[in-house]
Amino acid sequence: MNRRWLLAAPLGIAAAAGAGFYAMLARMNEGRFDPRGVPSALLDKPAPVTSLPALDGHQGWTDADLRKGGAPLLVNFFASWCVPCVIEHPQLMTLSRQGVRILGVAYRDKPADSARFLAQRGNPFAGVVSDAEGRASLEWGLYGVPETYLLDGAARVRWRMAGPVTEEILADQLQPLLRRIA
Amino acid sequence: MSADPAEQLPDPAQEERAQSIGRELRCLVCEGQSIEDSNSLFAADMRRAVRERIAAGDSDSQIMTWVTARYGDMVRLRPPFSAGTALLWASPVLFAAAGLGAALLLRRRRATVAPLTATERARIEALRKG
Amino acid sequence: MIPELGHFALALAFAIAVAQAALPLWGAQTRDARLMAAGPALAAGQFLAVLTAFFALMWSYAVSDFSVVNVAENSHSLKPLLYKLTGTWGNHEGSLLLWCTMLAGCGAAVAGFGRGLPTALRARVIGVLGLVAAGFLLFALTTSNPFDRLWPPPDDGRDLNPLLQDPGLAFHPPLLYAGYVGFSVAFAFAVAALIEGRVDAAWGRWVRPWTLAAWSLLTGGIALGSWWAYYELGWGGYWFWDPVENASLLPWLTGTALLHSAIVVEKRDALRIWTVLLAIATFSFSLLGTFLVRSGVLNSVHAFANDPARGLFILVLLALTIGGALALFAWRAPGMAPTGLFAPISREGALVLNNILLCSMAAVVATGTMYPLFADFLFGHKLSVGAPFFNATVLPLAAPLLAAMAVGPVLAWKRARLEEAARRLWPAALVAAAVGLAAGFGWSAVPALGFAGAAWLIGGAVVDIAGRARWSMARLAGIPRAAWGGAVAHAGLGVTVAGIAGMTLAVDRSVLLHPGESAGLGGYDWRLIAVADGRGPNFSLRQARIEVTRSGDHVVTLTPQRRFYPVQRMTTTEAAIHTTGLADIYAVLGEERDGAAVLRLHLNPLAPWIWIGALIMALGGALSLSDRRLRVGAPARRRAALPAGARPA
Repeated sequence: MNRRWLLAAPLGIAAAAGAGFYAMLARMNEGRFDPRGVPSALLDKPAPVTSLPALDGHQGWTDADLRKGGAPLLVNFFASWCVPCVIEHPQLMTLSRQGVRILGVAYRDKPADSARFLAQRGNPFAGVVSDAEGRASLEWGLYGVPETYLLDGAARVRWRMAGPVTEEILADQLQPLLRRIA
Repeated sequence: MSADPAEQLPDPAQEERAQSIGRELRCLVCEGQSIEDSNSLFAADMRRAVRERIAAGDSDSQIMTWVTARYGDMVRLRPPFSAGTALLWASPVLFAAAGLGAALLLRRRRATVAPLTATERARIEALRKG
Repeated sequence: MIPELGHFALALAFAIAVAQAALPLWGAQTRDARLMAAGPALAAGQFLAVLTAFFALMWSYAVSDFSVVNVAENSHSLKPLLYKLTGTWGNHEGSLLLWCTMLAGCGAAVAGFGRGLPTALRARVIGVLGLVAAGFLLFALTTSNPFDRLWPPPDDGRDLNPLLQDPGLAFHPPLLYAGYVGFSVAFAFAVAALIEGRVDAAWGRWVRPWTLAAWSLLTGGIALGSWWAYYELGWGGYWFWDPVENASLLPWLTGTALLHSAIVVEKRDALRIWTVLLAIATFSFSLLGTFLVRSGVLNSVHAFANDPARGLFILVLLALTIGGALALFAWRAPGMAPTGLFAPISREGALVLNNILLCSMAAVVATGTMYPLFADFLFGHKLSVGAPFFNATVLPLAAPLLAAMAVGPVLAWKRARLEEAARRLWPAALVAAAVGLAAGFGWSAVPALGFAGAAWLIGGAVVDIAGRARWSMARLAGIPRAAWGGAVAHAGLGVTVAGIAGMTLAVDRSVLLHPGESAGLGGYDWRLIAVADGRGPNFSLRQARIEVTRSGDHVVTLTPQRRFYPVQRMTTTEAAIHTTGLADIYAVLGEERDGAAVLRLHLNPLAPWIWIGALIMALGGALSLSDRRLRVGAPARRRAALPAGARPA
């Protein structure tokens, strides 16, 4: 009797794995499972202290601006050399026109290039600073651009998007969150 | 290019430490490589951060904690030992034991052999002498 | 026109595959000799059809027919012809077509070379192969058709990833797939035997050559991939425990166990349940690998662009194939009474240990590879399982295996005495200990153990052969090739282990040099002469000239390159490697700053031995395969035709 169970074990293991893979594929299709995603380690934690110089010729922002409180705000990391940043830019402009405060960080970029990027495509930022060395970005757990962080009134990180904020993501994820936190 | 000489620490022992810590950290924009084996900007930034912290006197575990606090467990290529990963780490022993157990179980079914009859025993004696 | 022909051929192949599955299997169940005889012909037909489709696709690449979507997305007119041709399989649809071609080839091979098999067994094997082929062809036709057209055709293609435009990587997939798909034959043999309800010594004899062939090819394929990574990626690494690398290792590990287990079935009619399960498991791991790479669940440099719809189809294919085979196993295997008594200390016992260790290694690798996926899915816990984990868990299982590998061949069947084995092996043990101690003095424990292990394996192989020849030269020729093959393969692994141990002693150095400056590494002096521009067919490059000397004597001039491919906007580095046979002298060109160049210099002791050892292993497999006894296996090759309806022997 033990032998029968033993010899049926491979089938059992394969069936369990198969069921698991099926469920994974189903959730991936729905968008509820992303095996490639890297979650932010800062979720529900206060934003890291950030003190960076303003981007040449633009209004900057300080750590105090992050912790002002009140309405939720976005912190967006971008670069002129980053192609997906171009894709998300219209959404940032939309948000800024809606009155959402967006603070920008130019990551590992030449100031002249970042400035040109903003001049060409519009400046959605209430303030934009430059992290030329990438040091401050490490504190945020950044691993590429673009990345966007949603902070609530208490300067806690509530949501992080690694990758461009597409129209879909704006409508399905970000807008509802903004309404909820406000 | 990784390990650009300008990035390296002047003290070879410290540089060695930095590289061995680097081999335990995952480059998150790559596919499974460590930060020592990657050309990406992220990997370069991390390598520099590790070296700065070594130069500042942090211990290996302090550095790992620092990185994990900002990037989560996923950045560690060696899964930290915890209740969740206990089975994973024990897997070599568990599988080997299971295999041994299966082998023994599969051998267990042995038909019992009837004891020798007197005639059979006499034949054996005859063969032995002959 | 040609793509349409290819498309038609692919559809035709599917139809034939369905017939190839249905007719012989039904014929074997009802003992209808005519239906069974249809199998080989259908298998040959399917192969011709798929081959036509494959060449139609390759032709489209050769002439750069950009009206074919697949060619437009993956090729470019300026690409060298070789890479246009090998680019056929450098993408999902093309590689799937390659897979189908190999699968059809297996069916045709059984049809052609399996004439000595009993009719019913051969019919069932061909039938099962037809089933699997039908599944994959349907997958190709419905979700991954390589012959989709694009109108109007673009002026030029999107080019192939520059990393893939390389001889090593060009040939790595065919060799690897030949191995993966080759194990489908052993799988089919196992399923056929389970359907028939009979696994005996003859079955063990028949299944072995197919397993050997697939194993040798897979060994070559994995080695080629590893060698490519070594010279192309530029950090001197050769194995990264990347999920797709692991996926290729899994069938290799169980395939090795299968190879050895089948010997016991043949010689002692024992371990039948293990062997059948291993035959199913090995091809199952091949299929699992296909799923992981193409479904999007895994992070890997190898992963093709993912598509969950494709993933679902493959999953269904896997459920039917693997699930069906394992269900059959769960049903039939309990009826197979254990046969073949043997003492724990015996050749059979050693092979059981071999099975346990290899399967444990496979299980650990599978667990580690899929753990992050399941942990994320079930618990939302994101973690990584990388090289440090695998090195820490797999190597401790490999060590006792390497130790036992030299002992197994000198143990007697059924019941052996360890003293007997010790008596034969003491020369090998002595050499291993001497090598280990000497290495331990010069270096540290890890390489010392590695070198001792290598000496032990090679010494054990020598002792094995010498013992069979009873230490007389005259008798060497009389030793069967299968025995030579085994010894050669074990020795080959020893050579690879030595290479791996040598690589633990590798040294490297990054320097910033102006032309004329030099740096020292590993007893060599490396002087940068100059860095110059150059052009290739579809790339521009910067090339450095480095003169390497030792004690003033010129050793080699290395020319590492940095290439820029404008179409894909990618930069690749081409390392310059010179091998002295005992070590690799390796240089990589990095960025240039203010007239100076960043160079990364490596000295890799015994690196080439890793792949030479793998080549020797594959040759050992081929040597075993050439043993006549394996081919003259089945009884009654010349048998009068049986009347229809008679029960085949």
